[in-house]
Amino acid sequence: MNFTPPDFLPAIGEMFTLGMICVVMLAYLFFDKANRGITYFLAQITLLGAAIIAISLYGHPTEITFDGSFVLDSKSLLLKIFILLSSVFVLMYTRTYIRDNEIAHGEFYLLVLFSVLGMEVLVSAYSFLTLYLGLEIFSLPLYAMIALRHNRPVCQEAAMKYFLMGAIASGFLLYGMSLVYGACASLNIQEIVSMMTISAATQPMMLTVGLVFIAAGALFKLGVAPFHMWVPDVYEGAPNAMALFIATAPKLAGFALLLRLLVETMPALFPQWDYLLIAVAVLSMAVGNIIAIAQDNIKRMLAYSSIANMGYMLLGLIAGTPRGYGSAMFYIIIYVVMSLGAFGIITLLSRKGFELEKIDDFKGLNARNPWLALMMLLIMFSMAGVPPSVGFFAKVGVLESLVRADIVWLPAVALVFAIIGAYYYLRVVKVMYFDEPLEKTPVILESFDSQLAISINGLAVFFLGLFPTALIELCQKAFSA
Amino acid sequence: MFNDVPLLSLIIWVPVIGGIACMFAGDDRKATRARCIALLTAFINLLLCVPLYLNFDKTTANMQFVENVDWIAKFGVHYHLGVDGISILMVILSTITTFLVVIASWRPIKKNVAQYMAAFLIMQGMMVGVFESLDSILFYVFWEGMLIPMYLCIGMWGGARRTYASIKFFLYTFLGSALMLIALLYLRTKTNNFDIVGFYAVKLTMTEQVTIFIAFLLAFAVKIPMWPVHTWLPDAHTEAPAGGSVVLAALMLKMGIYGILRFSMPITPDASSHLSGLMIVLSLIAIVYIAIVAIGQTDMKRLIAYSSVAHMGFTTLACFVIYKIIAKTGDVHDAYLTLEGGMVQMLSHAFSTGAMFLGVGVLYERLHSREISSFGGVAHKMPMFAAFFMLFALANVGLPGTSGFVGEFLIILGSFKANYVITLFAATTLVLSAVYTLWMYKRIFFGKVETAGVESMRDLEMPEYSVFAILALLVIFIGVYPNALLSVFHTSIGHLLELSTTSKL
Repeated sequence: MNFTPPDFLPAIGEMFTLGMICVVMLAYLFFDKANRGITYFLAQITLLGAAIIAISLYGHPTEITFDGSFVLDSKSLLLKIFILLSSVFVLMYTRTYIRDNEIAHGEFYLLVLFSVLGMEVLVSAYSFLTLYLGLEIFSLPLYAMIALRHNRPVCQEAAMKYFLMGAIASGFLLYGMSLVYGACASLNIQEIVSMMTISAATQPMMLTVGLVFIAAGALFKLGVAPFHMWVPDVYEGAPNAMALFIATAPKLAGFALLLRLLVETMPALFPQWDYLLIAVAVLSMAVGNIIAIAQDNIKRMLAYSSIANMGYMLLGLIAGTPRGYGSAMFYIIIYVVMSLGAFGIITLLSRKGFELEKIDDFKGLNARNPWLALMMLLIMFSMAGVPPSVGFFAKVGVLESLVRADIVWLPAVALVFAIIGAYYYLRVVKVMYFDEPLEKTPVILESFDSQLAISINGLAVFFLGLFPTALIELCQKAFSA
Repeated sequence: MFNDVPLLSLIIWVPVIGGIACMFAGDDRKATRARCIALLTAFINLLLCVPLYLNFDKTTANMQFVENVDWIAKFGVHYHLGVDGISILMVILSTITTFLVVIASWRPIKKNVAQYMAAFLIMQGMMVGVFESLDSILFYVFWEGMLIPMYLCIGMWGGARRTYASIKFFLYTFLGSALMLIALLYLRTKTNNFDIVGFYAVKLTMTEQVTIFIAFLLAFAVKIPMWPVHTWLPDAHTEAPAGGSVVLAALMLKMGIYGILRFSMPITPDASSHLSGLMIVLSLIAIVYIAIVAIGQTDMKRLIAYSSVAHMGFTTLACFVIYKIIAKTGDVHDAYLTLEGGMVQMLSHAFSTGAMFLGVGVLYERLHSREISSFGGVAHKMPMFAAFFMLFALANVGLPGTSGFVGEFLIILGSFKANYVITLFAATTLVLSAVYTLWMYKRIFFGKVETAGVESMRDLEMPEYSVFAILALLVIFIGVYPNALLSVFHTSIGHLLELSTTSKL
């Protein structure tokens, strides 16, 4: 039997990440305590290096390798670039936090890197096995990460909850995959697609049940209602730095999961999962936007906002056109940029021994640090979808693709919920700008890189709103081929 | 020489950049610097309007000074600007108003001056953008974008109930505009871009037209505001700082009317005609009922706010009564006059009401009260101010010789051709507005000086004086020589009328 080695080029980014993880691990072990700051820089180099690899691979023709279980296409590259870049920002935001709260930083950086590796694998996965592998590599470090602050019981609780819920979701997913395997006799997405039309006729029930379980598992991971219960609890319980990470890059990975499993694997079952997603999306927008109003805890509020935002993202998938998928991708990327900024500010404002949790902790931020307040203002209005911020164009994108697909009632519903949602974003702005500060001391950001990160992040929200074309084109192009 | 200069873009972006510069001018210790930057920016912007006006061709209804580049190609959104006779006046009005507001806020605003000036300048840019946009998504972006500075303006420098008022203002207007977006997306499926002028040529069935008309109406009725969605206005006006009230009354409300003229009537002419009866009834309710409500107010700002709603009822009446006139007499000329009356009324209202809000601001700064009952005998202490305020009050009432008269007269004249019942109700405004305006005037300015507060009031100072003088000149000028305005928008109104009365079924 002839052994031809597979083409390793598509996976070069993942291999680089893995190699660097080993370097970081060794560096952490061999440097003494005073010099362990080096792990931060090594971790950043890893992420940036992988991002550069992904960027330079962009434009490479679509290639499937490793016996059809790994794919390199512009979708996966685009998502990878944003996963890596957002993780770079996460590390920039959390650096001071990790140091001040004496969290074992080597472990934290390693867990982040492992999780990122898992996400990279996941977005490029082209068979159920690789998908599941990626999913677990990226999820397990997240559970551990939350528990890193072992002196806080609430963190332990959140970690436990997250782990259990994650395990249930994985179980759903696996069960669904096994049913689809039963119907199509393959784990490989390419082969399943070619088998799908035949088995849809012979095994309709099996496929439909499999679809429902797979969808439930993926929606669980994304935190979409009615599978959303864990989101607010985990965001609230997780230390701010970890909540920042959980609220950003994993959303992109979750989107990739949904994309590969539903859109790419089961286009033949579109009518079935379309109805499923409509129900779930409307429910998410309703639950997220309405319950968020009642929250006093900013992290819980943002958790419900994320539930609502995932609902809006799903609207793009519901349209069922390449245009809609592209808009959904644009939406999720923009959401991650905004969420990164919002949680970034929360992390930056948390000090040693002080976790910023209440919305009221933002009181009078404009008097204490006008620049931070301005950045938060931009992000809040963007999340509310008020032009000229980029959040508006993200919403217009998904709504436009729906109207094009001749679905007019759903955008109307979505907009009504968006207006309800505007209230709680406005409340944050109100607290920052209209209320008197609780303490007069100005907030000063010590480290230069966190200041740089939040400025880039906030201004990105603003300037992407003025010039959204390039990113929209990229997202659309990923689906037009 | 101005053909190559993107004048319209400059008028939008100069104030925005000036506003950003203001923001970085520093804290309140360096307030004068922020004020100077703001004044300079507003002045430059005013200067930019001079070539705009001089090079404007009044003989054509075409869009002029057009700028058109791709913005978001994938969605078919363009950065498409242009002005016709209607919008050029709104643009000039906005720049004048902002200039006056900057001067008028010179002293009263002492907290977060830099941010205040920045908010106003950015708002100015957004509003001009609304009037200049020829792409509907660009229009929508500016339309919604200006809510942000206004929200901050009411909430940060407003009165005691400012939080409530600002959030109510924001959500109300945001809600109104949401359906407009869907209507625009729907229209886009017909023409494949968002060009407003392109929408004029789209054939639509009656059902489509009515649906689109209602979606637009929600957006515009909230902004105008029409009865019964006017309730945000008294709150917003009352709690906003004086400058904010002026911008609200003089410009933001006009955006609603402008929207009706630019979108509702030409895009859905048959629905406009079909629903004109309803619109006339709503307008008349605003004119009569809201005027009666105004009489009962004890807060000066609330009173003027209600009077605004009543006056805006007049302009919406003008917009929709034309369908009845044409249906009854078939005479386009009468409809023409009425619509022009509406335009004049709209511009006149901006000056007279804006001036009255500034006047209330002057009183508030001296006595920190908006209650009518805390004043009395102010004329003894502030004779100059009393004279100015009298002029604006009379303009508000619609005295011949002031700007208020021209518009009301033309509309009442026109409505008579449609139906004398409409005229009957519309004409009550002449009595009612005199009642609430002059009665308020009497209670504030006449009588004896009874409180120590009034005793200590000082008359107008230099910046205030200049603002009022400019406004007084404008009010009288329009009243005596309305042709200055009419000649600018005459051709465009004619074109609009033609579009709005040609069936698209």
